[in-house]
Amino acid sequence: MSSGFSPGKGGGVVARFEAAEVSLLRSLVSMTLGLVTPGQTSDDPLERALGIGASEAPSDPVLARLFPSAYEDDKEAAEFRRYTEATLRDGKRADAQTVLDSAASGRFDLTPEQAQAWLRALNDIRLTLGTKLEVTEEVHDEIAMMSEDDPRYPAYVTYDWLTYLQDSLVRALW
Amino acid sequence: MGSTAPITVERPSSDVRPDLPWVTIVWNDPVNLMSYVTYVFQTVFGYTKEKAEKLMMDVHHKGKAVVSSGTREEMERDVQILHSYGLWATLQPDSVK
Repeated sequence: MSSGFSPGKGGGVVARFEAAEVSLLRSLVSMTLGLVTPGQTSDDPLERALGIGASEAPSDPVLARLFPSAYEDDKEAAEFRRYTEATLRDGKRADAQTVLDSAASGRFDLTPEQAQAWLRALNDIRLTLGTKLEVTEEVHDEIAMMSEDDPRYPAYVTYDWLTYLQDSLVRALW
Repeated sequence: MGSTAPITVERPSSDVRPDLPWVTIVWNDPVNLMSYVTYVFQTVFGYTKEKAEKLMMDVHHKGKAVVSSGTREEMERDVQILHSYGLWATLQPDSVK
């Protein structure tokens, strides 16, 4: 496989993608942007300025995984969420936007900051797909044994490809 | 000095308790890669690869691991950063373990 990442200059990485891979990646990252709406803050101007937002845990399983509760205690978890989730949402959106802005077919360079954004954005897509597919730790064996006619096959192959990319990026940064 | 000088309040000794340490816990999940989790521990906490790998293996095999400890504010910051990397992290007083 030629696509993926390798170490670059000054702590950055070199990325290589084919045109079809870039369009797949773009649609996946756009999915994150569609799912993770901008951090909703309250109508109160002071609370908006402080980034204070919703305190309820998301009911959607994917969003619940992307924005987990920080405390076991519901009241403490709600308070923490109120002060952090809007910032976290904006961060995930910014990471996804970095991928959209820098992804290109062929060979391109990523700065260390861009590489970190790619790392988090790729992981957000994997968490999204993984939660939707309800993957287990045996997912790679499952894919190996899955028939290509299985309706789940394309999604699982995409997940597997993202796993490969994520691992490739980690190794390029190490 | 005038009357605006601050008054020093002597707290009764029974009221002075040491700040209880808090811990950040990372929980196992089937999506996050072992290499990625190790890398995040190195990047976020500045741990050596050896220490980061050991913590990652603890998460993987035991289902969770304490990855950092400190004040509640410090642990809230750690949890927020770990959430930005998509790790499933929580914080709690050290005594709860």
